[in-house]
Amino acid sequence: MEKSYYNPEDLKKFGNIAEFDAELAAKFFDYYGEVFKEGALTAREKSLIALAVAHAVQCPYCIDAYTQDTIAKGCSEEQMMEAVHVTAAIRGGASLVHGVQMMNKAKKLVM
Amino acid sequence: MALIKSLKSRNSDLAEPAEQLKLLNGDIFREGKLPTFREKLMEINAFPLKPAAIKIFQMNIGYMCNQTCKHCHVDAGPDRKEIMSRETMQRCIDIISEHKFDTVDITGGAPEMNPDFRWFVSELRKTEVREIIVRCNLTIILANAKYNDLPEFFKANRIRVVSSLPFYNADRTDRQRGEGVFAKSVEALKLLNAVGYGLPDSGLILDLVYNPGGAFLPAEQSGLERDFKKELKDHFGIQFNMLLCLNNLPVSRFLEYLVESDNFDEYMDLLVRSFNPGAVQGVMCRDTISVDYDGFIYDCDFNQMLKMKVDRNASQHINDFDIKKLTERNIVINQHCFGCTAGAGSSCQGATT
Ligand code: SF4
Ligand code: SF4
Repeated sequence: MEKSYYNPEDLKKFGNIAEFDAELAAKFFDYYGEVFKEGALTAREKSLIALAVAHAVQCPYCIDAYTQDTIAKGCSEEQMMEAVHVTAAIRGGASLVHGVQMMNKAKKLVM
Repeated sequence: MALIKSLKSRNSDLAEPAEQLKLLNGDIFREGKLPTFREKLMEINAFPLKPAAIKIFQMNIGYMCNQTCKHCHVDAGPDRKEIMSRETMQRCIDIISEHKFDTVDITGGAPEMNPDFRWFVSELRKTEVREIIVRCNLTIILANAKYNDLPEFFKANRIRVVSSLPFYNADRTDRQRGEGVFAKSVEALKLLNAVGYGLPDSGLILDLVYNPGGAFLPAEQSGLERDFKKELKDHFGIQFNMLLCLNNLPVSRFLEYLVESDNFDEYMDLLVRSFNPGAVQGVMCRDTISVDYDGFIYDCDFNQMLKMKVDRNASQHINDFDIKKLTERNIVINQHCFGCTAGAGSSCQGATT
């Protein structure tokens, strides 16, 4: 077993998931490719969304890949950091909004 | 921002092509971690690499430049004195008149700094060559009053102007090309627009060249072109024709940057992993030859900087120019060639696929 759960070299081997199930891997990569094509959203906008989501799921592979991709697509450092703040705001907000649930329960319980 | 100087003026080891080639043939290729370019070509039956037909006669008329960009594969700068003489230019004009290439592509350094530049371009215009490209770095137009009328000169000689602008904002551009370069480039682009360059229907072509400001590959050319056009138009009222996307090749100062930023192995790995067999037929050495200030002939400008002349069996100097031998030659390759076949492919004319 590797000494660490994450190895940067593994990102390059993403395609190897086909080894255990070629059919589903092919379907996934086709779908993936389609999703990121220019559409109603530009490829650049999609890349920024991916960067934000990568931070939400805290996937080091995706953070590596979409940092490269957003830079290559011409996003500035400022835009990239704003995307990460969107992640943080939604994550923070998602926790905080549950505060309402806590308050509802507390108010019900307490005299 | 630290002042960048040429490798040569800093007496850097990497100023020597032999040192660069040593790196390009270092451990990652020797120990079999990565295949060599030759092995990769053999896999797809494309070795030896051969020209299709020579259509572009590219001339590097001197390594002197008013800029010292961080990524420059020429290692150009104000201190470089290598320059093409009028006799060598005349010999090239004779060859061009005789062989009817589609395009003469004039590069440098800043080619305009060669004192015989205007004479040469005007003489070239008297030949039948269809297209003359000048690779103009933009800032030269404002570098000295004697260059201010270059836009009119280009127009009078129906030059296709191809200019580097690595990004549409100051920060990224200046980090690569030097402080203040973006602002001056914008001003120069406005002067080119003012005489009609880059405007629809003017027939005066102004193309911009994008190359990544770091150790990554460019995104898809059409998307970047759309962004460049919008941003330059909205913020500065600037128009241009096409955006040509180039990969950075691991040669000279870009190679130094890769080594110093500890990106060399990863970048080579990226280039090799991004090898696109579909880009092999479009590599520029298949339709271009490159002539240096001394009249020696190379497969491309990168090989010129690595001092890898065309194959011994072809004619290596313009004094014994032999189009048949040159067309039949084997192209001299090394690991930097992976830069031309990565992703969408890369040439002096932009993406190749
Ligand atoms: S990249 Fe072009 S403008 Fe910059 S130093 Fe090199 S030759 Fe000069
Ligand atoms: S670096 Fe030069 S010789 Fe190598 S593939 Fe590119 S154009 Fe051809």
